[in-house]
Amino acid sequence: MFNYVIRRLLYSVPILLGVIALTFLLFNVLQTPEAAAAMAIGSKAPQQAREAWIKSRGLDRPKTEQFVKHVKNLATFQFGTSWKTGRELNEVFRQGAGPSLLITLPGFLAGLLGGVGLALYQVYVRKSLLDRSITLFAVALMSVPTVVYIFFLQAVGALMLNYFPASGFDWRGWETAKFVALPIIVMAIVNLGSDVRLYRTIFMEEINQDYVRTALAKGLSSGVVLGKHVLKNGLIALITLTVATLPRLIMGSLLIENFFGIPGLGNLLVMAIGTSDQPVVLACTYLGSLLYIGGLILTDVCYALADPRIRLS
Amino acid sequence: MTPLLDIRNLAIDFATENGRVEAVKGISFTLAEGETLAIVGESGSGKSVTGLALTRLLPEPPAVYRTGEILLHGRDVLKMAPRDLRAIRGAKIAYIFQEPSTSLNPVFTIRNQIAEAIRLHRPEVRDLDAEVIKYLDLVGIVDPAKRLHDYPHQLSGGMQQRVMIAMALSCQPELLIADEPTTALDVTIQAQIMDQLRDLKTRVRMAIILITHNFGIINGIADRVAVMFRGKIVEYGPTHEVLANPQHAYTKALIQCIPQLGAQRERLTTIDHAALDAAQ
Repeated sequence: MFNYVIRRLLYSVPILLGVIALTFLLFNVLQTPEAAAAMAIGSKAPQQAREAWIKSRGLDRPKTEQFVKHVKNLATFQFGTSWKTGRELNEVFRQGAGPSLLITLPGFLAGLLGGVGLALYQVYVRKSLLDRSITLFAVALMSVPTVVYIFFLQAVGALMLNYFPASGFDWRGWETAKFVALPIIVMAIVNLGSDVRLYRTIFMEEINQDYVRTALAKGLSSGVVLGKHVLKNGLIALITLTVATLPRLIMGSLLIENFFGIPGLGNLLVMAIGTSDQPVVLACTYLGSLLYIGGLILTDVCYALADPRIRLS
Repeated sequence: MTPLLDIRNLAIDFATENGRVEAVKGISFTLAEGETLAIVGESGSGKSVTGLALTRLLPEPPAVYRTGEILLHGRDVLKMAPRDLRAIRGAKIAYIFQEPSTSLNPVFTIRNQIAEAIRLHRPEVRDLDAEVIKYLDLVGIVDPAKRLHDYPHQLSGGMQQRVMIAMALSCQPELLIADEPTTALDVTIQAQIMDQLRDLKTRVRMAIILITHNFGIINGIADRVAVMFRGKIVEYGPTHEVLANPQHAYTKALIQCIPQLGAQRERLTTIDHAALDAAQ
């Protein structure tokens, strides 16, 4: 297992280099240093100021030299400063990860647990009217655009009840919950619809396996057969689909953070794209792929832990 | 004396999208305690459906029990509440199935799967490990203590089927339904498993229903045989009589399908359904 993880980490180096090269290339094709300077300090800034800015950022150096320096910085997790705000990015990421996780993690867990529970229940009452109603409900949840939930919850929770803030965020101990409650609900709703559909399919496939008949022939109740035999087999399929996304939760949700004014990493990326803040976008892409690769390795490890037939070597 | 099992005019349909399919069309037979009955027939004859029906293991829907009674010690299984059904599954009537590799749950150890059955029906058993080992030993698994924490995939097909048999026996059932227990195994393992069942029959007092398409394996184990053809029992009697003097054309055809060692044949015998239809 240990050797396997090491090998996978080594394999990930060329992938990461590819990601870095592509994003770097993209930005250099899209944006000349002059345009970047105009974007960063304003097109009305004097010519000298803009040239000085380009020099200070090293954008006048040969592209290959810039690229090598860029890779070095990312590899040692030195993300530099934002062009727009001038803030230290390492610091920005540290501050943004908290609010992001505070929303995505509970939202993810609610979708997962609620989804598994509802899907198992659907399989328990399979092919009944109740089963079909839950499917219909899940499809309805999926079909409504996320912004509709956001506006609806803001209207009810903030305007009508006047209990939750419509947007914004502050660390205030337990009071913090008020700021993240509505975003978490949106996140959970959005996840739940698709999760229920997916998990039901996984469990329905398991329910027709021979081992289910054996378990029933032993005299076990359908509840135990589902909750023990089917669940554990279904988890194997479920792991492949969910664990990989787990580390990426730290990157936050682009849409939800933006609408609720949560200063998380999702919001950071949206604003950086809007202002062509190159260091922020490059760092976010790099971190995102790093976390995704980590998620894939984690998937394999969880897979081996859940399924005795799998050996990592 | 009431027999262990008394099946009266049992008919089972399947509701499919293309209408009703009659899988079992009114069959009757009895089984005494300790008796072994072989139900022989080809694929689709309704023999496996009959076996699963005895504890209502067929998924309903699509299965519909149209008519009949399944009397276990005089009580009708078809009228039992789910709780009572669960109490007889495994405890009174246990099963082994055709495909041991998929019939065992791949993600639980064999100890876990056998102990689960014992815990359910024999809560008085204290030392589960010892009990599991006892049954693994009974079905001829070498060094059973070392096998406890093995997963099904670590065992050969023959071993897996022995584990299935151990699991079935562990709750001391009165009836074992062996549904094509050797079909998925190669011939030498087939012989070993059949020897095992014959041996168990003398050591453990238990009735057996052996469901098979192969007349060749029932000799020496089945007291009586019921031949099923298109959902009906077409011939029913003591095994030696049926084998020596088959009455129904289908039974004769089935017996002719057994390949004879040393026989000079170019092709294996097949069953001519058109001729059977004409005969009827």
